[in-house]
Amino acid sequence: MLLSMQGISKAFAGVPALKSASLEVEAAEVMALVGQNGAGKSTLIKILTGVYRRDEGSITFDGHDVDFAMPAKAQAAGIATIYQEINLAPQRSVAENIYLSREPKRFGMIDHTAMRRGAEAVLKTFNLAIDVDRPVAHFDAATRQMVAIARAVTQSARLVIMDEPTSSLDEREVAILFETIRTLKRSGVAVIFIGHRLDELYEICDRVTIMRDGQTVAKSPMADMPKMALVRHMLGKELAAFQAIAPEDIALERPVRLELDKAGAGVRVRDVSLAVREGEISGLAGLLGSGRTETARLIFGADKMDRGAIRMQGQDRTYREPADAIADGIGLVSEDRKIDGIVPDMSIRENMTLALLPKLKKAGIVDRARQDEIVSRYIRALGVKCTSPDQPIKELSGGNQQKVLLARWLATDPRVLIVDEPTRGIDIGAKSEILKLLRSLADEGLSVLMISSELEELLAAADRVTVLSDGMSVATLPRKDLSETALLAAMAHQEE
Amino acid sequence: MTTIETPAPQPSGALSSGSRLMTLAGRYGTFVAFLALILFNVAVTPNFLSLQTLNVNLTQVATIVIVATGMTLVIATGGIDLSVGSLMAIAGALAPMIFMGQFWQVESMGFAVALAFLLPVVVAGLFGLFNGFLVTRFSIQPIIATLVLFIAGRGIAQVMTNGNLQVFKNAGFQFIALGRIAGIPAQVLLMIVIVAAAWAMIRYTVIGRQIIAVGGNEKAARLAGIPVKRVKLFVYMLSGALAGVAGLIVVARNSASDANLVGLGMELDAIAAVAVGGTLLTGGRANIVGTVLGALVIQLVRYTLLANGVPDAAALIVKAGLIITAVFIQQRAGRH
Repeated sequence: MLLSMQGISKAFAGVPALKSASLEVEAAEVMALVGQNGAGKSTLIKILTGVYRRDEGSITFDGHDVDFAMPAKAQAAGIATIYQEINLAPQRSVAENIYLSREPKRFGMIDHTAMRRGAEAVLKTFNLAIDVDRPVAHFDAATRQMVAIARAVTQSARLVIMDEPTSSLDEREVAILFETIRTLKRSGVAVIFIGHRLDELYEICDRVTIMRDGQTVAKSPMADMPKMALVRHMLGKELAAFQAIAPEDIALERPVRLELDKAGAGVRVRDVSLAVREGEISGLAGLLGSGRTETARLIFGADKMDRGAIRMQGQDRTYREPADAIADGIGLVSEDRKIDGIVPDMSIRENMTLALLPKLKKAGIVDRARQDEIVSRYIRALGVKCTSPDQPIKELSGGNQQKVLLARWLATDPRVLIVDEPTRGIDIGAKSEILKLLRSLADEGLSVLMISSELEELLAAADRVTVLSDGMSVATLPRKDLSETALLAAMAHQEE
Repeated sequence: MTTIETPAPQPSGALSSGSRLMTLAGRYGTFVAFLALILFNVAVTPNFLSLQTLNVNLTQVATIVIVATGMTLVIATGGIDLSVGSLMAIAGALAPMIFMGQFWQVESMGFAVALAFLLPVVVAGLFGLFNGFLVTRFSIQPIIATLVLFIAGRGIAQVMTNGNLQVFKNAGFQFIALGRIAGIPAQVLLMIVIVAAAWAMIRYTVIGRQIIAVGGNEKAARLAGIPVKRVKLFVYMLSGALAGVAGLIVVARNSASDANLVGLGMELDAIAAVAVGGTLLTGGRANIVGTVLGALVIQLVRYTLLANGVPDAAALIVKAGLIITAVFIQQRAGRH
């Protein structure tokens, strides 16, 4: 056993992130580490690599008890981490990056010849013949990743941790990366592979460790773990916290309001078709990295669409900027409130009317009376808990911030409202409140596209669910066919 | 749905008295420093409480305040404008050339003077628009984008005038710097109008709120449909135009335009006024009143030292100290 982490617990400000989690890795094996957002994967890895200190538990690495106080110590012990955003110095050469802070010296000066030869030799073991004097930024993502791996190898790493290494690679680059991983394996190095694309996990990994809610819920050889079971373990089966609030069956097929036809952009969204109908909540499901958020951004004009078409009530549309989509009656409550949603220092009033401002003006001046009227109406209607509309939004709880952002769009009287993980980071009471609100809005005729990684939420509220897998829409299930099993099967993209 | 009016927990209760003092200092420090300087001068500087002292200080600070107002708006979007001094030189070089008949024969002096007010400001505004274009279209960092005209702008002014000093006497044009309305210097009135307009714009208009939103969270602003690029173009254009106005005042005051000197170092004075005035350089806030106070404090410190026999060179060091103190207090206050 190369690495054994047992009974690891960690809490942040009293909130447990890890509850007696465990992870075991043998030498020369590739271990898949999977789980949803917030499952505790990255906390566990950060404890291993010395970024965080554990509260409880034990770690043995290479036969010794270890407790790394800082990342440099873990590195020195032979644990290397390749992050999503690769931490190389982009303007320095490949050789310099490989030997960063461990440059070979001669008479106290850097020995460039030795450095170049060493870099070429180690890259050659990965069948990579590139000019090591060129700056790293010059090469594509896969090559950069390999340089990072080469650096790990020259540090005589015994264990290489890769955090979503394929997320920005195309198919050819993924193949090169996997070849590199196999080379590492042959030389006895173990790999922890954090990833979400199931096909890739099954292709490259020997075993899998599944985490959920801060615990290790399953470990097994990859071959003994069917896709369906893997997805089920990841998502878990929580108690049904939500009552079904969607009508059981719809007598008539409602007309389509917004339609996305074979849309694609980059490698994240490859081929997505979906339809949002009048007065319905359409769910958008899929595992992490399946392209849900990216699809929403395409519809909303936040990212550029390379292929396919958007139709609003049957007419082709092009949204170059979010402003275009908004003018056409679309709203987007984004997934990450802090990054894409709130303007933290501005008041509740300002945040709530941000999208509405152009319609609130008289000769360029904000009509304060109407603004106040709208703001107090929505504060009352949605039950936003605040001291006054002038309170900075950053002082509100997550649930209340989310209500303000919902109100931002409702105030614009949209035809289509896209909500991306509307209940993320919100306590359970506020969750069902927000779902009920969306349901009643749909009943009044609004079309809602709801992205959610919580199956219960989709099962409870959606009239139909489109499932994405690896950037493609693989199934659309109407309410009558909607079940946990059906969703899981579609998400695992299992052929019947 | 029912509403329960539960006040969100206020963090202030947990603050120690020391950090609360810092928060207060961050909010009112500039104003307190301003008051302290006035009290100090009343006690120490002879003849401080006179209309003349007031006018001297206000006329000296007017151009800085006008430029710093534009700078405040640019900084509120998270940018910065280094080109203002050079744009002042361009406007300052252009105006005398117009009414002195360098471009075309002056037939009606009144018309020529009107053009001499208008055209340089428009030209400076267009150069500002160019700054904004570099920032939005090519995503060049503002400090680099505006460095282009910081360097080239003064060159343009020098080429226009062949590097010659333009000396003139034109009562109509010079009214902007030497004239008085109801005993108040015209440039001071102009400053007050510009500051009031900017303050009202930030507070009451859609574009004003959009400027703050862009600086506060650019991604969120874009997703809320705010035309981020247009907002940025607007503030850089305004900053350029206001620099143009300041350039006119400077040359009118001197009865001469020297492309080598007009607006020299103004960008730093303006940024200093904004920083001392409490507008965060990271964007998301525009404290116009603070900027005015910041400019006044810097001006008063200099005046106090000069009036009491301290050489100008030493005043520079005090000015630097003032900036460090202001930024330090703001950082401390910002942590809570």
